[in-house]
Amino acid sequence: MTTDADRQGLEHEEGDKDGASDESSARLANYIIGLGLAILLTAASFWIAKTDLIYGPGIPVALATLAVAQMGIHLVFFLHLTTAPDNTNNILALAFGLLIVGLIVFGSVWIMAHLNHNLMPMQQIMQMQR
Amino acid sequence: MSAVDSTIPTSDPYRLGWQAPNLSRGHGGGGPATKRVIVGYGFWLFLLSDIVIFSCLFATYAVLADATAGGPRARDIFELNRVALETACLLTSSFFCGLATIAVARRNQVLTQVTLTITGLLGLAFLLLEASEFSALAAHGNGPTRSAFLTGFFTLVGCHGLHVTAGLLWLGTMMAQFYAKGFRPDIGRRFLCFSMFWHFLDIIWVAIFSLVYLVGTRL
Repeated sequence: MTTDADRQGLEHEEGDKDGASDESSARLANYIIGLGLAILLTAASFWIAKTDLIYGPGIPVALATLAVAQMGIHLVFFLHLTTAPDNTNNILALAFGLLIVGLIVFGSVWIMAHLNHNLMPMQQIMQMQR
Repeated sequence: MSAVDSTIPTSDPYRLGWQAPNLSRGHGGGGPATKRVIVGYGFWLFLLSDIVIFSCLFATYAVLADATAGGPRARDIFELNRVALETACLLTSSFFCGLATIAVARRNQVLTQVTLTITGLLGLAFLLLEASEFSALAAHGNGPTRSAFLTGFFTLVGCHGLHVTAGLLWLGTMMAQFYAKGFRPDIGRRFLCFSMFWHFLDIIWVAIFSLVYLVGTRL
């Protein structure tokens, strides 16, 4: 369990040359799978953005879902984030980062939308200043 | 190794509360984590803080996306064909960076230099495409000063472009170091950081092309 993960990405040991060709062909397959999945998801995103087959207001949600999926693919296949014990710290840091990102993005959009809703429209302000 | 080595499970595995000993490094049983793991973790923390910076720019853009001040809206100025080409360049570049990681692990100088050159050329192509987009927008009077929407757009996408530029410079120095100093462990760790940075830029670009360009053309 650990050794497999150790041989792959971030935990790759220096000077570990045992079965180098086996290992690099496994890693090559890893990158090719990641590239294939990323291409598939990208093509789906561009297709969805242009199509009229899907309910219009649902398209931004679909695009966001595909984007999150593709980021996951990149994290697993390119950055080699795993569930191995050596990766616990990386996963925890990622979870904290995602919490902060969620707070900033959703918090800003939420608060600013309510502010916009409560403020007087700009044209009325302009008229009052005359 | 003494007979009472704590890493060998001598107790009854069926006893309540028994746990398999954790022999992985960095968790006590297997000794401290390797330097490579620690360097990777530190750089991962930097990347996460960079993601937080980008999330601020994304939030700014999302808030200002409708503030066009009578200027062009997103669907009037975005060209999806160019964006698709940019995406292809950056994704392939990220893939070749992964191939370079394999070449470095195999201590193959020629393969390393070739894959890194392709990585850099694709990154350069991405930058040129983005520069042509920006200059075309500015030439039509739609520069960052036109509206709050365009300010947010130029800041977000331009910040990513600056990261790619910095990444290209870093890539050049990595190629020179591999050529001049060989595959030393410390240079391998620097390259680990570079490859993480390059894949991270691709992740940011996924968010940009999906949430800024593609969603923008549908709103």
